[in-house]
Amino acid sequence: MNWGSANEFFAMGGYGSYVWGSYAVALALMVLEPWLVSRRHRRARRHPDDQDAQE
Amino acid sequence: MRFFTFAAPSRFYALSGWLIPWFWLATVCLTVLGLYLGFFVAPTDATQGEAYRIIFIHVPAAWMSMVLYLVMAGWAVVGWAFKARLASMVARAIAPTGAMFTFLALWTGAFWGKPTWGAWWVWDARLTSELILLFLYFGYIALTESIDDDRRADSAGALVALVGAVNVPIIYFSVRWWNTLHQGASVSIAAAPKMAETMLTAMLVMTFACWAYAFAVVFMRTRAIVLEREAHTDWVKALREEAP
Repeated sequence: MNWGSANEFFAMGGYGSYVWGSYAVALALMVLEPWLVSRRHRRARRHPDDQDAQE
Repeated sequence: MRFFTFAAPSRFYALSGWLIPWFWLATVCLTVLGLYLGFFVAPTDATQGEAYRIIFIHVPAAWMSMVLYLVMAGWAVVGWAFKARLASMVARAIAPTGAMFTFLALWTGAFWGKPTWGAWWVWDARLTSELILLFLYFGYIALTESIDDDRRADSAGALVALVGAVNVPIIYFSVRWWNTLHQGASVSIAAAPKMAETMLTAMLVMTFACWAYAFAVVFMRTRAIVLEREAHTDWVKALREEAP
């Protein structure tokens, strides 16, 4: 175990903003992309006649 | 069963629909394991302190950005040469995910470069060639999306993807061919890894997590493209009649 406390963990030895800035953007993109793709799939899956009504 | 059975978009649609949840499960499990190993098991680096922990996302993202480009170019050329519709659709589906990983490699690289080199960005051969890779993805996407006829878009895209593939070995070998600020390879097939075993394990687990993610999201996008392009076929019409 590398960390004595939660504060120590979030501080990352003074590099907290760099480490978490990297992982936060990675997480955001890897949630956003599947969401956009599933929206595209849902639209393609829908019957063309319903398309106008729901958008 | 013939090998090409799943090359039919309808069969691919059914098979990938079954596979996608398993890829998501693998993505989540491997990410949790990889981050646990990376943050709680791998030791602090002797020279870079905790800043080095960016490696567990930076290196997998950079590897994926290059591998996905080659896979995209490969399927694009197969689709072009053999008139295989599904191969072209897969190539088109890979491009945005490849661009996402390229951006992520550049972003995390900047966040790692600032504390260790003192600069967010330098015009070094490795960084510049990776930036060119991002523009190649954007160029491929812009070109294929701007041509209305799908088959012509696929052919034009295949040509661009193939020419651009030259850039991938340039990125990979840039740290050897030029004197770069970016460090050389820490992991290669020819030599023992130049890092602690737990660090290497965490990095490889995160790489597998990125692979699982890429399969899941590329299959999802391919399914959407299949439905868009096969909208006129009986099987898609029948599918749309069913409840979603």
